[in-house]
Amino acid sequence: MQKLGEFKLPHFFNYPPYFTLQPVRDTREKQVQLWKELIIEYCRAQKVFIIGLEEDFPLFSNRAIERSLSHEARVAFLSALVSDGRAEWTDKGHKKCLILWHRIQEWADLIVHFVKENGLEDNVMTVEEIRSGTESRGTELYGIDRSVLMRALKLLEHKGKLVIFKGTSTDDEGVKFSL
Amino acid sequence: MAAGNYLPTAELTASGRPVLYPGEIESSLLSSVDLLSEENPNFPHLKSGLLILTNHRLLWLPNSTPVSSPTPVHIPLSAVSHIFSLKKSIKSVFSTPRIRFQVSVTSEGRVDEKGLRSIVIALVLRGKSDPEAFLGKFWEALKVRAWEEIKVGASGAEAGSSSGSRSGEGSLALRMPVVGVAGILRKEQEMWESTDKSLQDAFQDLNALMSKAKEMVMLAEKMRLKLLAGSNNQATGAAEDELGTKEEMQDWLLSVGIASPVTKESAGALYHQQLSRQLADFVRIPLERAGGTINLIDVYCLFNRARGTELISPDDLLQACSLWEKFDVPVMLRKFDSGVMVIQNKAHSDDEVFARIRSLVTKPDALQSGVSASDAAMTLGVAPAMAKEYLLTAEGKGLLCRDISPDGFRFYINLFQDINSDDVYL
Repeated sequence: MQKLGEFKLPHFFNYPPYFTLQPVRDTREKQVQLWKELIIEYCRAQKVFIIGLEEDFPLFSNRAIERSLSHEARVAFLSALVSDGRAEWTDKGHKKCLILWHRIQEWADLIVHFVKENGLEDNVMTVEEIRSGTESRGTELYGIDRSVLMRALKLLEHKGKLVIFKGTSTDDEGVKFSL
Repeated sequence: MAAGNYLPTAELTASGRPVLYPGEIESSLLSSVDLLSEENPNFPHLKSGLLILTNHRLLWLPNSTPVSSPTPVHIPLSAVSHIFSLKKSIKSVFSTPRIRFQVSVTSEGRVDEKGLRSIVIALVLRGKSDPEAFLGKFWEALKVRAWEEIKVGASGAEAGSSSGSRSGEGSLALRMPVVGVAGILRKEQEMWESTDKSLQDAFQDLNALMSKAKEMVMLAEKMRLKLLAGSNNQATGAAEDELGTKEEMQDWLLSVGIASPVTKESAGALYHQQLSRQLADFVRIPLERAGGTINLIDVYCLFNRARGTELISPDDLLQACSLWEKFDVPVMLRKFDSGVMVIQNKAHSDDEVFARIRSLVTKPDALQSGVSASDAAMTLGVAPAMAKEYLLTAEGKGLLCRDISPDGFRFYINLFQDINSDDVYL
């Protein structure tokens, strides 16, 4: 079984046409579908939040068969994820793409679950603690992209589940839960 | 209609074009012509056909091909003894023009140059025509007596001392006086000099070129035979040099095969129709050699090269091909999605080609590294450009998918449809 780091690659990853953007409509649809799923799975497993189009993203090449996706192909597949609401372009030039292998709502649910699991309903935590504190180790929240976390927290604040307040410095924003 | 009793039958090709004799060249085509004899009611009255004047004969072909149509016939010019001038009277201005000429017939009434009796035949020109012009060409053809030159040519070759023989005239012995190497070289030199002069004369005057056209064809024929003789007799190094170019020469000479180009002048409004039929005849052999599919551009080059003079424009070619739909010819024009146009046999089957492609891409090598257009060209027996068109069409149908890399443009069997997301890990 071929791997990319710890990630198990599907067998069609060795099929050269997989790396050429297919022009025929039905074939293209299937190809896009497979790439979307693969990207999401990989990002989830490796906790990748941002894909830079001009950088060497390991998933986009297969050294064993000497193939890699063209720029056009990368844009095509990522745009498909954006249309699905599972990704967002962070810049107008479409050079960086934020991958939401969990949607913001899903992250919000995970935070609520995390708070309940750890009995933190009435506590106060810093944002940084949520993403890198001892309680979050081993959970999906560990190492979460900060901007994603903030959006999830803001969503929960909007629903009245918590309050975000500024600490003594910007790095030190805090959250008071009131679930 | 028992025209056969009175007039000899004219042979046609599969596409309805007349089969011409060696050295026979068409000079005029008229449509909607009746052929009859005003003085003999038993003589067949042939209505509204295609009249072709050549330097050997007058041919009459029926216009369409219903089952009951009369057979195509001809009148050898050698049987024509006199042509009457056009009557100019008040009546003739308003009536359909008629051309009258006298032919020799046997006692049974059959047209024959050796016949002792004669009758007058009339051609009624019902279609658009220029009777004066036609009459002029008719006179000219009769004057030149081109059909007699073949016999003169044959006896001339026998009497002469240079090599060569006319095909179809029986076997004439090849007489090459071998007077040492110098003698051979000198003879070669003389031959090339006279060839050169012949070519120069021809190119100076376009009219002279047309009459020299027959000479050119004869020259080409002699050269071909000389090459054949040369490669059979010689056994030394000099021959090996020639052998390489011999292939090219043979191909070139093969293509100098059309002695009677259909021209706008000889066919007028029927130009595209006749051109279309001639093209259908011509394209048969190149099509076979190219494996059943040939690029239109290649046909354009081959056809013009064979015609030699009176080249056709790309537009003429396109029009000629699109007329094929109206006739019953075994070939067709086809346009691929990419815009590439090819000529194919009507019997050609895409499904059969796809079946062959499928078996090619499922071989172990191809599963591993795909196929290129050249690989497919070898299997399908067509040119690489044609093979690529087929591969692209197969891709469009979902049979194949593409792989573009620094290694080139290759095709694999399409496995995307078979990939099941739940089952992706072996």
